[in-house]
Amino acid sequence: MNQQKNATQAESTTGASGMAAQSDVQAKVTASLKRRRRKEKIFRGVGLGSVLISLTLVLILFINIFSKGVPAFWQTSFEMDIYFDPAVITIADKPEQQPGETFADFDDRLQAWETELGFVNFNRLMTDAVAPLLPDFERSQTRFIMQMITSGEAHALRNMVMEDPSIIGETKTLRLLTSANVDVWLKGNIDRDLPDSRQQLPAVVRDWADYLYAEGHIQNRFSTALFMNPDSRSSLASAGLAGAFIGSFYMMLIVIFLAIPMGVAAAIYLEEFAPKNKITDVIEVNINNLAAVPSIIFGLLGAAVFINWFNLPMSAPVVGGLVLSLMTLPTVIIATRATLRAVPPSIRSGALGLGASKTQTVFHHVLPLAIPGILTGSILGVAQALGETAPLLLIGMKSFVASIPETPFDQSTALPVQIYLWQGNELRNFFEARTSAAIIVLLMLMMTLNGIAIWLRKKLEVRW
Amino acid sequence: MNMKRLATVLCATAATLTAFSVQAQQRDVIQIAGSSTVLPFSSIAAEEFGNNFSRFRTPVVGSGGSGGGLRQFCQGVGVNTVDIANSSRAIRPNELANCHSNGVQEVIEVKIGYDGIVFASRAGAGTFELEPEHVFLAQARQVPRDGQMVANPYTRWSQIDSSLPDQDIVLAIPGSNHGTREVYEEKVILEGCKKFSEITDMDSGAQNDACLAMRTDGRVVEIAGDYTETLARLESNSNTVGVFGLSFYESNRDRLQVATVSDVVPTIDNIISGEYPVSRPLYFYIKGEHIGVIPGLQEFAMFFISDMTSGFGSILEDVGLIPLSDEERQEVLTTIREKRAL
Repeated sequence: MNQQKNATQAESTTGASGMAAQSDVQAKVTASLKRRRRKEKIFRGVGLGSVLISLTLVLILFINIFSKGVPAFWQTSFEMDIYFDPAVITIADKPEQQPGETFADFDDRLQAWETELGFVNFNRLMTDAVAPLLPDFERSQTRFIMQMITSGEAHALRNMVMEDPSIIGETKTLRLLTSANVDVWLKGNIDRDLPDSRQQLPAVVRDWADYLYAEGHIQNRFSTALFMNPDSRSSLASAGLAGAFIGSFYMMLIVIFLAIPMGVAAAIYLEEFAPKNKITDVIEVNINNLAAVPSIIFGLLGAAVFINWFNLPMSAPVVGGLVLSLMTLPTVIIATRATLRAVPPSIRSGALGLGASKTQTVFHHVLPLAIPGILTGSILGVAQALGETAPLLLIGMKSFVASIPETPFDQSTALPVQIYLWQGNELRNFFEARTSAAIIVLLMLMMTLNGIAIWLRKKLEVRW
Repeated sequence: MNMKRLATVLCATAATLTAFSVQAQQRDVIQIAGSSTVLPFSSIAAEEFGNNFSRFRTPVVGSGGSGGGLRQFCQGVGVNTVDIANSSRAIRPNELANCHSNGVQEVIEVKIGYDGIVFASRAGAGTFELEPEHVFLAQARQVPRDGQMVANPYTRWSQIDSSLPDQDIVLAIPGSNHGTREVYEEKVILEGCKKFSEITDMDSGAQNDACLAMRTDGRVVEIAGDYTETLARLESNSNTVGVFGLSFYESNRDRLQVATVSDVVPTIDNIISGEYPVSRPLYFYIKGEHIGVIPGLQEFAMFFISDMTSGFGSILEDVGLIPLSDEERQEVLTTIREKRAL
């Protein structure tokens, strides 16, 4: 801007004095014009280039993840009529609590009944349903049918009976997920031309899968398994994110209720109340240092203090939440202090001048004006904590957990750790896509959080 | 006033943490850590255990390598230590001593089955018919030549033996935190190394050092992570030959091709018969002190070793575990039942 002004000035003076001899300065300016304009052009070019390069890289990343991950939200599944055959499910009536019976006795009987139910061959219900659909099926091929259905579905059928034994004898139309390898085969994620010795499925199963898919018995449907199920290794096709999601949710609750109030309180005290002296300087420097500490170190601290000293359980969201709170604390403090500093001193002076106490000034006048900034900072801090992986690995949260945690004290994983775990799963053909799908879910959550932060900032923005 | 509030906050924090600690005293879920080779088997057994026994919660299975798992296991007795350590090698005497000195007196060894170690390259790259001495010559720092040890001159496999493909030597082997590494060194490297008279003429301490010293020119890559990391190496450099567990190879047969060792193809049959030389037993170790404290610990071990879970035709055999023989299984079951400690 300034440069241009100089340039025009230089030109106009040249014009005004006509053909008269130019002063030395004017000559110098004219001579440098070309060079200065070229410099500007180069800088603009470099800047634009950097923006374009980073955009391209982000785009490549997104295209890569989305092209791999989006198909994993759809999974191939059977839709078929399952007859809960009383000849297969031979089991006594579900025990009910008798009047006068203690709960312990009733529970024993219920356990015994459930154990008995565990011996029922629920696979038989599925093979009986699939077999009639297949051309030229021979009894000896029964075991191949079970290679098409993911093993967790037998437990799903058992749980249906356990909840409501009256369905025995009825026929229900159910959707059953195919096994991971059938999903891989039908989606073409394995080279279909490979010889038998390098395929995961026997030829007969591959032919059946193609046939059933062509006939419409197997269809590629949007799958809720990814969202509703916990992780699984024995039934890969039903592995889901629910356990990790709830684990992350508990941790974020702890961060929100621990780090944010503490961070805001610390920031208000330091900014508004604390005397400015050597000690507060040291504290200030250290808070900034703390924000720069690599997150893995918080993990080491968590393992040493929370698990070994306070005897908190390993792999539990409560420890994860505490560690992430420590990590988020400096971010919240720094963001809050910056916002408080941005509140004009005139507001404080005005309140004090009208007779408000220091505390009243802060809580009635300064804090309400700082809320949008504090919220934005906190949400960004939480989003950062949500994506944090390294400290969680050190407190045992990279374990395989096949159940959804009921309380923050139950063992669990977290969303980013689940991505890490799936990345390590040995059935690459299936889990490459599933890992990308998990990344998409995590990215969406982060974007939502960041979106809320931006929306709040826009909505509550105060102009002075 | 501020001090008062601070004191209140501190008290509240302390009270909450104490409440947490009390809560932590009762753990009703089995904690497992250790070998990444055993992890898939252990996870599946844990999940099936949870599915079949509604009384018990599904055990939680962590990784960290055999060494890491045993170190965690030996930290002591108590609810915040693991109950079971998975290991792809037997516990070392110094590890056992460490366990004992930390108060873990009852270490119960459970053998769960066998696993083969395979050499695999990317599908489409050259096919390998390896001998143990080929692998030794490919990775050693110094190789024997004409009666003396010289710096490793080999850069291509075909220079080692004309039967091998004319391909750059890049070898991805498990890092020293993996139990697989120990078996690999014992069954392949030492085996191959001691076929040279230059080596066998040395005294025994120097022999091992000479055998196990690795070249440092970047042709041997130690992988500290999972087999997926090894696979990623193979995918980024098609010349790489990687060391995998048989079960991992079985899950990725479309991407990998396996090398024969001493002309034997690694298959379950060849490993059971003992023809394929590079196989090892897999173990887990139970903390005897925790039996009866952590619900379901002994039951889980029995369930894992039962014929239904890890025998022939079982779900674990499907994913690549090589089952124990019937006699071995009976013996292991007795060990668990009677809690026979090492």
